[in-house]
Amino acid sequence: MITFTPFPVNTSDNAYDAPRRHPDLYDEDEDMQIDDVDEPSSTHGSKLTCPGETLTSSQAFMRYSGHGTYVQNEEVIASVAGTIERVNKLVTVRAIRSRYNPEVGDLVVGRITEVQPRRWKVDANSRQDAVLMLSSVNLPGGVQRRKLESDELQMRGFFEEGDLLVAEVQAFFSDGAMSLHTRSLKYGKLRNGQLVTVPPILVRRLKSHFLTLPCGVDVILGLNGYIWVSKHVKDNEQEGEEGFDAEAVYSNVNDDIDESTRMAISRVTNIIRVLASHFIPLTDAIMLEAYEWTVEQEGGPKSILQEDVGDALIAFLAASR
Amino acid sequence: MASRVEIINQGGFRSDGRRQFELRNIEIDLSQQGQADGSASVSHGLTQVIVSVFGPREAKIRSHTFHDRANLNVEVSVAAFSTGDRRKRSRGDKRLLEFAATVKSTFEPVVQTNLYPRSQIDIFIHVMQQDGGLLQAGINATTLALMNAGIPMVDFVCAITSGVHSTSPLLDLTTLEENDVPNMTLAMMPKTQKISLVTMETRLHVDRFSEIVKLATQAGLAIHREMKVAIIGRAKVLTESLESGNRQSGSGMEVEEKYE
Repeated sequence: MITFTPFPVNTSDNAYDAPRRHPDLYDEDEDMQIDDVDEPSSTHGSKLTCPGETLTSSQAFMRYSGHGTYVQNEEVIASVAGTIERVNKLVTVRAIRSRYNPEVGDLVVGRITEVQPRRWKVDANSRQDAVLMLSSVNLPGGVQRRKLESDELQMRGFFEEGDLLVAEVQAFFSDGAMSLHTRSLKYGKLRNGQLVTVPPILVRRLKSHFLTLPCGVDVILGLNGYIWVSKHVKDNEQEGEEGFDAEAVYSNVNDDIDESTRMAISRVTNIIRVLASHFIPLTDAIMLEAYEWTVEQEGGPKSILQEDVGDALIAFLAASR
Repeated sequence: MASRVEIINQGGFRSDGRRQFELRNIEIDLSQQGQADGSASVSHGLTQVIVSVFGPREAKIRSHTFHDRANLNVEVSVAAFSTGDRRKRSRGDKRLLEFAATVKSTFEPVVQTNLYPRSQIDIFIHVMQQDGGLLQAGINATTLALMNAGIPMVDFVCAITSGVHSTSPLLDLTTLEENDVPNMTLAMMPKTQKISLVTMETRLHVDRFSEIVKLATQAGLAIHREMKVAIIGRAKVLTESLESGNRQSGSGMEVEEKYE
């Protein structure tokens, strides 16, 4: 909460009379102006800015504006609130919270919103719905062939509105919409689990986004912030392997999930929710540690969502560093 | 102007104890609300507004998409309990539609919509309490919510109401004063000191106009300072927890990976 000082303020120290720039981008010879807001603290590495702040007007930096900036009157000005990043002569500002910014090769979890001729529209937490072309999915049975008109007619047999799927970003269209593909055995329709959404910045690029926790739970960390928590599928029962149980790839029916697995799934999703509400990035290590802590506590998985238990969990994780 | 209420008393105080140029207490809360991409709750004295921003996201209605920019969609709802007399307003209320259109046209030149072609940015304004300066609170809260959602903007937009009582200008009017004195709402961008909105529903003498605009611009700068502190403070809290989480992930534990 902020309490306001009475008006009128002393206009003689109006910080906007002179051009301002971020303290870190000052030239040595210029006299420093004290930022009346908040000195970016030197205890940690990130320098913060907000829209309308001049980042630099120095000739040493590129006249080209990076992400989160724009150029006006030969000055580079921030357009989002976030951390300043510098790569050689290019200054960018990275927004703290924003929608998912796709890159080719990213693993995403999405939900079908629409079935169109030869394509599906997929909600993937991005600025536009993604496109999944009929030609970029695998046919049941693993046969490789051109998609025929008969396949087009039974598109809802593969994916229907509301279905969840895991896919990879394949390419971009000219308007910036992304195109997905599921041409791998590890991609495809999702079942036997639960979806949980977090801010995309909390999911970092990892070696593998398919995690298997020792409690018999698989976690798929979509880079778009959609996370799928499901019952563990053993490697040799992996669907669709060389024609094995080919129909199961596009099945809409859940397997039998026993009580303890259901509890474990809810526990993991609730842990992810608590971590996300405290804005802590998700990694396998932190999830495992949190899981072990919650198992020791009294109360079932739903008690994790209570504020005091959640805070205790976060305090425990902070202490174990 | 003959008024039953005394706008400024002999001691130079207004009905709520403020001086002529004194603003009401501003409270800003930028914490996460539900599933919104960005949200802000702003109160100017007893006027309180909550804004939730969703997007940029796929437009629900195909005809609302533009091939070269994002569409801003503003919707306003007023809580029935927000005024002294309890009254339910329908969604089709003309005053609310005008309010929404005003907010939309204020933000269209400020938000860099050209970066998000074919998308839509939804801005939902909820009025919780009203005591004058509704448009001002709505615009300030929308600025903060858009920034909180990480949507690129050229600058802040800071709005303020001001009025004139006989020859003395007033800032940040309450309902009582709004009903009684000629007033206007002004929204300005602090960086360039450009004005993005001036609106009035009453008649204001032209001789007083330039004086009021100057005053309101200064008040806008004061409000900007508060908004900036709030935005930077929020960013700081979030980056700190992000970085503390990253430090921990250094201690790698062994997790069996399913697909190699």
